[in-house]
Amino acid sequence: MRKRNFFYLLILGLLAIFMVACSAADNAANATDPEEAAATEESDSNEESEEDTIKVGILHSLSGTMAISETSVQQAELLAIEEINEDGGVLGKQLEPVIEDGASDWPTFAEKANKLLQQDEVATIFGGWTSASRKAMLPVVEEHNGLLFYPVQYEGMEASPNIFYTGAAPNQQIVPAVDWLLENRGDSFFLLGSDYVFPRTANAAIRAQLDNEGAELVGEEYTPLGHTDYNTVIAKIKNENPDVIFNTLNGDSNVAFFKQLKDAGITSDDITVLSVSVAEEEIKGIGADVIEGHLTSWNYYQTTDTPENEEFVANYQEEYGEDAVTADPIEAGYFGVYLWAQAVEEAGTTDVDEVREAAKGISYEAPNGTVTIDGDNQHVYKTVRIGEVQSDGMISELWQTEEPVKPDPYLDEYDWASDLSESLAE
Amino acid sequence: MNEIILTLFNGVSLGSILLLIALGLAITFGLMNVINMAHGELIMIGAYITYVIQNIFINYAPPEYFDLYFIISIPVALVVAAGIGMLLEVSLIRHLYKRPLDSLLATWGVGLILQQTARSIFGAPNVGVTSPSFLSGGLEVGSLILPYSRLFILGLSIVCLFSIFYYFYRTASGRRVRAVMQNRQMAECLGVSTRKVDMLTFAIGSGFAGVAGCALTLLGAIGPTIGTSYIIDAFMVVVVGGVGALFGAVSGAFGIGILNTVFEYVTNATLGKVLIFIVIIAFLQWRPSGLVMSRSRSLD
Repeated sequence: MRKRNFFYLLILGLLAIFMVACSAADNAANATDPEEAAATEESDSNEESEEDTIKVGILHSLSGTMAISETSVQQAELLAIEEINEDGGVLGKQLEPVIEDGASDWPTFAEKANKLLQQDEVATIFGGWTSASRKAMLPVVEEHNGLLFYPVQYEGMEASPNIFYTGAAPNQQIVPAVDWLLENRGDSFFLLGSDYVFPRTANAAIRAQLDNEGAELVGEEYTPLGHTDYNTVIAKIKNENPDVIFNTLNGDSNVAFFKQLKDAGITSDDITVLSVSVAEEEIKGIGADVIEGHLTSWNYYQTTDTPENEEFVANYQEEYGEDAVTADPIEAGYFGVYLWAQAVEEAGTTDVDEVREAAKGISYEAPNGTVTIDGDNQHVYKTVRIGEVQSDGMISELWQTEEPVKPDPYLDEYDWASDLSESLAE
Repeated sequence: MNEIILTLFNGVSLGSILLLIALGLAITFGLMNVINMAHGELIMIGAYITYVIQNIFINYAPPEYFDLYFIISIPVALVVAAGIGMLLEVSLIRHLYKRPLDSLLATWGVGLILQQTARSIFGAPNVGVTSPSFLSGGLEVGSLILPYSRLFILGLSIVCLFSIFYYFYRTASGRRVRAVMQNRQMAECLGVSTRKVDMLTFAIGSGFAGVAGCALTLLGAIGPTIGTSYIIDAFMVVVVGGVGALFGAVSGAFGIGILNTVFEYVTNATLGKVLIFIVIIAFLQWRPSGLVMSRSRSLD
């Protein structure tokens, strides 16, 4: 009996050691982060007191299902903060990131946003990914008159005075993608999406647009988030034989869909799939051989040819490893920090109202090109790009708009969308 | 006609996937009555082992042998997952045999630890596994294409099923397992080491979870949370099939697979899922102990 107890203890001990080792490894991996950066900064200039730093909040999901995507956006934001600090900070003060975990849970996002604004009194928050997390933070930042920089493309129909949207509005991603497909790939469309707010809103807009262009909508399917079996959906697609599948699936489902599509013998030569939620990071998980030849629509690719991007990719990989890839939301998170810093410099203060006023029309040479804040809706002018997935997992650009596109979150400029914005905006 | 055949094939294919993920659980939950919430994470371990072996092949083996990695992954996944299952049984589960709710919480905790461990080792993003070339493409039957990967999984689940059947019903060791599960005291009196049998049975159940994980790399994402997308389905199959009956799991898996596919084809994915749950709830009202009734020690 004693022996057995000893064995049990031994196992427990080993487990404990293993877990400590794991968390130590974790800490080591994160050592590039703010605390250390901040610590070195502080030791550099001892006379710096608390008041010589500006606190900024970073609120992404570091655990749960969304951690997959949000962790890298957080890394990009920290990189930008670090770079700004090395260049002397903002208004002569160092930035001090306060990191919170939204844990892929929408009420947690609201609660943590509240904590950042109330307790830490941060000058701004960079954070969010899913529309649900943004919708959870929106009333909080409006109530406390805070600022939120939201880095992901979304379904539009929103323009809060307290949020800056650095990802694409629908007219900067989806509408031009549909136009391009109609012109280049055919006019029978199949819409496939995950069953939640973004795909349904986006597809409502696409339906109206297709209707207006006289194109044919042959099918529309939604699957639950995390769905893993696409055989039936693929059977339906085969029956309808569309020219194009417009894919608004999100998360892991993309992996299952593309693998099973390839197994079913459908290649990009037969039917083109254009995805709006698949970027370089996701391609790594899907496998480049599976998705090769299919299309994506974004504002930025790792291969985007600008000097700013070359530097950004080099810095990002130096910081987070050679295998790290950059993608659109990562880039949007990165330049969001710079836009805010520039607005603060312009305003001469971190006061929210003054920063918001100063931010109007500010522009920055981001890795994707020039981005300019639209004073009316606080989205940014961005270049739209259609790209094709290559065998090495990178995306090569097929087409881009000649100049940055004015953001139009409510699709006001399109006649066909007039009913839509009313019915969706409530 | 084509549509009917294809839907039927898709249903059988989904059924075989469900069977594969539920086989291990049919042993650990069905026979031993351990509510093992970490079953999904054992599937995840199988999937990551496939990934690791693939990388070993990419780095060290000549490219012409690359496809072999998948063949090798299956037994390795079986052994490693069984080993981890055995460790789990020895260190934790055997203390909780008479406390099903505690074992539910404890194994759920183990599942979270395993998920986080995978995240620490392999990183949070999904990893990619390239399907072996002999499984890409499909068999053309008339105008239909039946993907080889699906046929392979169908075959694999049948092979697993028959080896489990052979073990439990045709070997001395398997007979001992059944004896212990049916009447523990009596088996002990007859000199069967129930401790060893428990350990072995749990290890076998875990091992088949590993095999399932290996097969799932052909179909979907491989990430730390892969287990959570399958655990519900696995429990559903075992409960519908009848706790304690291996062949209940078979009929449960194919029944759910085919019905789900038909519902999904006629309506859509979300509604299909809802309909299948309604059918299951109604069914369990009618037959609370599942398709195949059986008695085991814990149900007595």
